Amino acid sequence: MKISEIASILNGTILCCEEISGEEVFSACGSDMMSDVLAYVKNQAVLLTGLVNPQVIRTAEMMDMKCVVFVRNKAPSDEILAIARQSGIAVIKTAYRMYEACGMLYAGGLTGKAGE
Amino acid sequence: MPAGLQAKRVNELDCECLSYRFEVDGSNFTTAGEASVQVKRILRRIGFPPETIKRASIAMYEGEINMVIHAGGGIAELFIYEDKIVVVLTDHGPGIADVALAMKEGYSTAPDNIRALGFGAGMGLPNMKRYTDIMDIQTALGKGTVITMTVNV
Ligand SMILES: Nc1ncnc2c1ncn2[C@@H]1O[C@H](COP(=O)(O)OP(=O)(O)OP(=O)(O)O)[C@@H](O)[C@H]1O
Ligand SMILES: [Mg+2]
Repeated sequence: MKISEIASILNGTILCCEEISGEEVFSACGSDMMSDVLAYVKNQAVLLTGLVNPQVIRTAEMMDMKCVVFVRNKAPSDEILAIARQSGIAVIKTAYRMYEACGMLYAGGLTGKAGE
Repeated sequence: MPAGLQAKRVNELDCECLSYRFEVDGSNFTTAGEASVQVKRILRRIGFPPETIKRASIAMYEGEINMVIHAGGGIAELFIYEDKIVVVLTDHGPGIADVALAMKEGYSTAPDNIRALGFGAGMGLPNMKRYTDIMDIQTALGKGTVITMTVNV
């Protein structure tokens, strides 16, 4: 699935790094605990989260992720977007809640399994 | 600093390697993880394999966040050799009373305000061990902690 399709399925807005929105991603995960993302996630390119702080972006960068989706209309600050821009990570904002957003992407073909 | 640690660090500094030093601010959670992001960029520029970079940077990131949330900040050093990457994290925080217990998955003393920031699951130290080839913890109560991690290239 392309990053741009994630934005359109979630009726969301791409807030930064729109230039990579044509890139394909194959798997995603959802969590508000960065500890769990660091410990349990493998090769997933998209992180959905309701947590908004700079560590979300830094965690995504450590994990070589390409896209962060903030759910429940949480708006990242300019500072967070600047960090994401520097890291080349696309940021999407959506009004849907975590459960719905994950379900919609899964139904759209973006599973939790990398490279399958 | 716990006894015996100084010597180890001096040896690292004497070596034929590229070294970098970062101050990790313990008073400001907003900047926590910045040093690891910089290290990841340095390692990418040098051109190490992506998996090696990922392992070293995740391990350092966990350790850097720990220094901020548990120890009031500290110093992070990076030593780059041809065949290995060494990260040394030094703090003057409270020390770790029981290292074996702290290494257990799920053990955490982090308060609720840290969990609200997305950390404090008790997964950091085991994750650091998992992603590195060698991890050494020197700690003394009331004095501080020095964690040395090696990732072979
Ligand atoms: N640098 C340190 N100084 C003092 N205590 C530490 C330090 N690093 C870790 N600890 C202690 O060891 C415990 C376990 O650390 P670990 O990184 O595994 O979990 P955590 O930081 O609590 O949560 P997580 O890493 O999952 O966000 C911590 O809760 C803390 O009590
Ligand atoms: Mg930790």
